[in-house]
Amino acid sequence: MRALDLDYMIGLVPVILGYVPMTLFMAVVAMACALVLASLLAVERVIRVPGLDWLVMLFLSFFRGTPLLVQLFLFYYGLPQVLAFLTQINGVTAAIMGLTLHFSAYMAEAIRAAITGVDRSQWEAAQSIGMTQGQMMRRIVLPQAGRIAAPTLVNYFIDMIKSTSLAFTLGVTEMMGATQKEASGSFLYFEAFLVVAVIYWIMVETLNQGQKQLEAHLNKAYAR
Amino acid sequence: MISVQGLIKRFGGTAVLDGIDLNIAEGERVVVIGPSGTGKSTLLRCLNFLDRPDAGTIRVGDVSVDADRASKRDILALRRATSFVFQNYALFANKTAKENIMEALVTVQGRSQDEAEHRALEVLAETGLAGKADSFPAALSGGQQQRVGIGRAMAIGAQLMLFDEPTSALDPEWVGEVLDLMRRVAEQRQTMLIVTHEMQFAREIADRVVFMEGGRIVEQGPPSEVLDAPRDERLRRFLRRVA
Repeated sequence: MRALDLDYMIGLVPVILGYVPMTLFMAVVAMACALVLASLLAVERVIRVPGLDWLVMLFLSFFRGTPLLVQLFLFYYGLPQVLAFLTQINGVTAAIMGLTLHFSAYMAEAIRAAITGVDRSQWEAAQSIGMTQGQMMRRIVLPQAGRIAAPTLVNYFIDMIKSTSLAFTLGVTEMMGATQKEASGSFLYFEAFLVVAVIYWIMVETLNQGQKQLEAHLNKAYAR
Repeated sequence: MISVQGLIKRFGGTAVLDGIDLNIAEGERVVVIGPSGTGKSTLLRCLNFLDRPDAGTIRVGDVSVDADRASKRDILALRRATSFVFQNYALFANKTAKENIMEALVTVQGRSQDEAEHRALEVLAETGLAGKADSFPAALSGGQQQRVGIGRAMAIGAQLMLFDEPTSALDPEWVGEVLDLMRRVAEQRQTMLIVTHEMQFAREIADRVVFMEGGRIVEQGPPSEVLDAPRDERLRRFLRRVA
């Protein structure tokens, strides 16, 4: 067993850190889009719009039933062959699209469960004052469902950050892609991937801490 | 003027409301009494379309809704002409006392934030909860929550206020303050339809008492007749039980 090249590892840290913004950019944009899409899907699943319900079920089934990597390849390499306007799609956009669709399918289920967990009296109170269904969802039900779903959604965000590493297979240079390039130049694969693993790990742990504060904040209204 | 005609509501095969006719004059306070499971709450819930009636017409002021062909627009109009006080308060858990009252004013009536806040603080003062404006429901006692619930219904300025057993879920120590607030609402000549088991309160506040049983109105009249000189045998039995 050879000794670790510590100097190389230390030198690599700032290089990989330089790609943290790219990783976070993809994760944050995809998460924001996925939250909106998942909320719409979840609301549809709860109120069951006739004619739309089967389509939503199909969407959820497909994106939860196939691997994320396969979906990414389908978007980036496959779709442009049949849809001409997608030939200009770049890796970052394709990755964000893929992550959005994939994670929205999972998050929709978490939000749907949270919506049904909101007490029936909250719906009735909103109806009784004459709110439309949209107002009731937006102002009363979804905010309360959001609180119930928050811990699960933060977990999906953590998963999302880790999943952005797959974007390197679409030619995107993010943390994983940058590490791969560095490692294939130096041949110090163990050092390089260990450094990137630790950086991912620290990012995720930071988020876990943030999650605790977020929960405390969200529970403020419910404290006796 | 509020008018209900031929109101029918079935759950499964049973008619919970079996042809209700009821007129309420402006400013009139009507108390509905009767055994449990006799359709009192369902009547109120149908007037607010929380339960959809199967047949009959409901008219509240200019709003007239036919159960057979009630559109979304009709239902919203009816709900906006009535306000509802729930047995379990049903305050919006994600909003403060003040925001609970502002919600309908801003979202439904389209008033400005400032105007709504001003009105909400006014109402909170009337309910004796000026100091609790920024408290969330979870931090309030049952009595305080119900007073906010009544405040939320008052602020709307609805033509008809519906009270569905507003003190039934309360610990006995909080009942008095809620009834006091309802008395103050009544003094403002607000039209009220109240379902309650508080017979003393009914006697004191009601212009008319309506006795329901088996989904029908069996007897009605001023408290001095219905409560003190009941004609129907079922009503007599009921009054003996609750006395």
